[in-house]
Amino acid sequence: MSSVLYDAQGPRAKRRNFLYTAGFLVVLAAVLWWVYKGLDDKGQWEWVLWKPFFSGTEAYSAYIWPGLQNTLKAAALAMVIALPLGAALGIARLSDHAWIRVPVATVVEFFRAIPVLVLMIFGLALFAAYTDVSSDDRPLYAVVTGLVLYNASVLAEIVRAGILALPKGQSEAAMAIGLRKNQVMRLILLPQSVTAMLPAIVSQLVVIVKDTALGGAVLTFPELLASANTMSAYYGANTIASFTVVAVIYVVINFSLTSFASWLERRLRQGKKSTGAVLGVDDTANIAGAAGTGIAA
Amino acid sequence: MFDFLDKYDVLGAFWTTVQLTLLSAAGSLVWGTLLAAMRVGPVPLMRGFGTAYVNIVRNIPLTVIILFASLGLKDTLRITLGSDQVDTSNFRLAVLGLVVYTSAFVCEAIRSGINTVPVGQAEAARAIGLSFTQVLGLVVLPQAFRAAVGPLTNVLIALTKNTTVAAAIGVAEAALLMKEMVENEAQLLLISAVIAFGFCCLTLPTGLVLGWVGKKVAVKR
Repeated sequence: MSSVLYDAQGPRAKRRNFLYTAGFLVVLAAVLWWVYKGLDDKGQWEWVLWKPFFSGTEAYSAYIWPGLQNTLKAAALAMVIALPLGAALGIARLSDHAWIRVPVATVVEFFRAIPVLVLMIFGLALFAAYTDVSSDDRPLYAVVTGLVLYNASVLAEIVRAGILALPKGQSEAAMAIGLRKNQVMRLILLPQSVTAMLPAIVSQLVVIVKDTALGGAVLTFPELLASANTMSAYYGANTIASFTVVAVIYVVINFSLTSFASWLERRLRQGKKSTGAVLGVDDTANIAGAAGTGIAA
Repeated sequence: MFDFLDKYDVLGAFWTTVQLTLLSAAGSLVWGTLLAAMRVGPVPLMRGFGTAYVNIVRNIPLTVIILFASLGLKDTLRITLGSDQVDTSNFRLAVLGLVVYTSAFVCEAIRSGINTVPVGQAEAARAIGLSFTQVLGLVVLPQAFRAAVGPLTNVLIALTKNTTVAAAIGVAEAALLMKEMVENEAQLLLISAVIAFGFCCLTLPTGLVLGWVGKKVAVKR
C-alpha cells in the first residue's frame, strides 16, 4: 500500500525529498548530539563503565549468562505448561455443549482481562501462604504461574482462531465419510490447525520472554533484567552501560524469534499442502476480545 | 469481610491507573501516528527511522524501558521531567516510558488500518493531482483510522494492563497497592478478587464499547 501513496518522483519531488531528508537528518543529529552531550556531562562515556562488556568474559559469565539462563528457563517452562492447557481450553471453548463452552469462555476472558503482574503477585503470595516451596524457588514458581495463567488463555484463543480459520469443507468432508465429532477434531482439524498456528505461537514466545522481566523488577526473580541491576552495582554504577547491553540482548533474542515467525508464516502460506489457513504474526495482536494480546509488557 | 479495605486507598490507586492509561494513550496516539506517517512516506531516511524504532522498541520489555527511565534517566542523568517531588517525577517518567513503548504498537495498528484502504482510493487521489500529504491526510488516514479502531482498542486494553509495570518504579497504582496489601494482610484471595475485579471493570467495558464503536464507524465495503 505504502508505495501507491505517492507518485514516481520527478525532479521537483526529488529536490523536495532531498530537503526533507536533510531536515530530518539535522533534527536526528541534534537529538543524538543532545543525548551524547548529556551522557558526556555526567561522565557516562568513561571507558571504565563500558570496559567490563568488551574485555574479558567476567561480566557475561558472572551476571548476564546466569540471568539469561533464568529468563529462558522461566519462558520455556511457561510455554511448555501453557501450550497443552491452552489447547485444551481452546477446544473446550468450541464444544457443542453450553455447560462446557460457557464456563471455559468465562475463565479465558477473565484471565485475559487481568495484568500478568497481578497474577504473578498473586502467585507469589499463594506459594508463600499455602505451600512449602522454599523462598528461593518461590519467585520462579510465581513468575511461571503468572505467565501460564495468562498465556494459556491467550493460546486458547489462538487455538480457537486456528481451528475456525480452517476451510469449512474439511469438517464437512470428514462428517460425510462418517467420522464422529471427536474424530473430526482429532484426525482432521487439530493436525492442520497446528501448522496454521505455528507462527502465532512462536510470536507469543516473544511476549513470554518480555514478561519474565516483570519477575526481575518486582518479584526478586534473578533473571536477565535483575542481573543488570546487580551488575551495575558491582561495576561502579554503570547503569546506562548495563541497561544498554541487556536491552541489546533482549532485542537480539526477540527480533530473531519475530523474524523466524514471519519466515515460518511466509513458508506456510506458500506451501503446496497448505489449506490457505495460516494464523499470522499480526493476527496474534488482533484476535478479537478484550485482551490486547501480543502487546503484553 | 471487606473491612481491611478501609485502611487502603483502593479507589485512589485505581485512579492513578486510569490517569496513567489516559495520559499515555494520548501521548502514544500522537507519536504513533507520526511514526506511521513516516513509515509509509516517500522519504527513505524517515522510513528507515520509523522501521528501526518500531523493531527495536517492540522487542525490549516494557519493564526494561520503565526501569531505565527511573535508574538511567532520573538517578544517573538527573532528568526529572520538571518535578522535584519523587512521586510526581516517577509518575511522569512512567508515562514517558509507556508512551515510548506503546507508540510502536499504535504505529503498527494504524499501518494495519492503512492496509485496509483499497489501493484504488490512493490511485484516484493521486490521479486528481493530490500530493502525498493530501493523499494521506484527506483520503487514506481518515478511512484508516476508522478501520484501525479495533486494533487500537486492543492496544488501549494492553496499555491499561501494562500500567501495572509502573509499580516497578514505585508509582502508587493498583498493582503496587496489591503487593502492599498481600504483604500486610492475610486475606490473599479477597485482595486478589478486589484487584482483579477492578481491572475487569476497566478492560472489559473498554473492549465492549470500543468494539461496538469500531463496528459502527468502519467503512462498509
